[in-house]
Amino acid sequence: MATIQFDHATRHYPGAPRPSVDELNLDITDGEFLVLVGPSGCGKSTSLRMLAGLEEVDGGTIRIGEKDVTHLPPKERDIAMVFQNYALYPHMSVADNMGFALKIAGMNKADIRRRVEDAAKILDLTEYLDPKPKALSGGQRQRVAMGRAIVRNPRAFLMDEPLSNLDAKLRVQTRTQIAALQRRLGVTTVYVTHDQVEAMTMGDRVAVLKAGLLQQVDSPRNLYDQPANVFVAGFIGSPAMNIIEARLTEDGAVVGGHPVPIERGARGALGEEGAATATVGFRPESVELVGEGEGIPMEVVVVEELGSDAFAYGNLHVDGAAQTADSMVIARVDARRPPAKGDLVHLRIRAGEEHVFSPTTGERLH
Amino acid sequence: MLAVLCLLWVFPTVGLLVSSFRSQDAINSSGWWTVFASPLDFSQWTLENYGEVLFGRGMANAFVNSFVVAVPATVIPILIATFAAYAFTFMRFPGRDTLFILVVALLVVPIQVALVPLLQFYGDVGLNGSFAAVWLAHAGFGMPLAIFILRTYMQTLPKSIIESAAVDGASHFTTFWRLIVPMSVPALAAFAIFQFLWVWNDLLVALLFIGAGANEVVTVNLAGLVGSQGQGWHLLTAAGFISMIVPLLVFISLQRYFVRGLTAGAVKG
Repeated sequence: MATIQFDHATRHYPGAPRPSVDELNLDITDGEFLVLVGPSGCGKSTSLRMLAGLEEVDGGTIRIGEKDVTHLPPKERDIAMVFQNYALYPHMSVADNMGFALKIAGMNKADIRRRVEDAAKILDLTEYLDPKPKALSGGQRQRVAMGRAIVRNPRAFLMDEPLSNLDAKLRVQTRTQIAALQRRLGVTTVYVTHDQVEAMTMGDRVAVLKAGLLQQVDSPRNLYDQPANVFVAGFIGSPAMNIIEARLTEDGAVVGGHPVPIERGARGALGEEGAATATVGFRPESVELVGEGEGIPMEVVVVEELGSDAFAYGNLHVDGAAQTADSMVIARVDARRPPAKGDLVHLRIRAGEEHVFSPTTGERLH
Repeated sequence: MLAVLCLLWVFPTVGLLVSSFRSQDAINSSGWWTVFASPLDFSQWTLENYGEVLFGRGMANAFVNSFVVAVPATVIPILIATFAAYAFTFMRFPGRDTLFILVVALLVVPIQVALVPLLQFYGDVGLNGSFAAVWLAHAGFGMPLAIFILRTYMQTLPKSIIESAAVDGASHFTTFWRLIVPMSVPALAAFAIFQFLWVWNDLLVALLFIGAGANEVVTVNLAGLVGSQGQGWHLLTAAGFISMIVPLLVFISLQRYFVRGLTAGAVKG
């Protein structure tokens, strides 16, 4: 169990136009479950591998506990890693797979056996200790990979998209199991995923990365309520937040021909920038349907009914005509009485639930 | 259709097999297919030919010698080449790629080119006529192919397994011995079969570096028999089959290694 620190950690592949990981600063407390999330190519796996020692560090330092591990080989870092494709040793039995690291460390057979059996019990693998990995299902192999990490009692668990290869239902199931396991064992865990739902449900804190740069690191709740910039706002939350460029007038930002009031602090910041537009964001669940003239007009194109919720997708009306944008506006509507396709509805953003970002930098203003 | 072709192909070999069990007079007087007229007449079969060839003409001794030559000549290059292939695949050192190209380029060198220099060299160090001479020669000539096959195979092993072992604390040697070698068994077996068959069937190298005599191998013995026997079909067919039996058995028992994959179940996809 240990703290982990990335201090201006940088990885720049020779010949690449920009660093894959650009001066990452991250402080992870002991026992925390930190999720690294972001789109493909954002540097999350590279950061994890730098922590593991499988990737060189070109700048900055990485510390585990108080020890500077930046240039140490993996085996001296006392960490355990779970890979996306399990990486089990095919010619060994499950028990041998799990005990491999301990055997190398010179532990005696009885102790190894005991630890393997304890881990197997936690993971429900006790009947599967003798066969080889090829006899197991995907979910079971994943659990063996986790068991291999658990028996080592390391200072940190590193997990690289371990659920990506499981089917949707198994993924949901295993997600909660991993979170519960980590809570029980209390080991510092760094978890990489591209799935923001996994990030939000599993992490104590979530670090959002894009193009090698850290966008925001915060609790899931704060990331959701107070995204630091447009990218985080659009990435976290499903369905995604509606993000619209709105012209500024005295009444506020004009969205779909209807003015949305902007709070004073944001207004001031926009004024300082000399901006004529503002980037306004609102989540699908932040709107209510109101009467004509009272809200932003939207022509409904598609209604998705999910049983517990319904989402209406549509195009905003500007000057009486529907304006097709690259992505449609999404509003959550009453699941029992959703609007029909072709209806014109009017949306009002609840007070305080709008997000305003600078049109130039994308940073949050309110 | 294929069955017919196979039968046609096997036909001459069957003829030889039958002839090896017939006495000299029988062979000289009638064709081998006549045995099928009275298959249950056991007096027409004889084991004398085999007895004569094995013990009278020294083939039993040559048989053992062939093993003494072939086994180390297979094992030595495998041992060395496996270490080399591991280094070429998983370790980084200056000049690695150049060295690999050089080694593989040696595949182009025909064995005949090196024979005279080798003979001179062996004469200088006093190795001529000994088994060590042949072991070294075959190991040397088999090395480029071995390194090439093994390294190409090792490159296909999933990297994440190696990384997982590194995280688990394995040194290069542990990774090599406990992971790579067991996972490379198909490639090792494939090369072992090639090399063993090549060495067993080889006449040129054996003749040159060992020659005839107490240390001679099966191929040399057979060649000598052909030279001296000429019309002695009863002996030649028997000798032929004795020399054939080992490669046949080796191939039949190990051929599954040509196709089997060993990494099934290790990684996803």
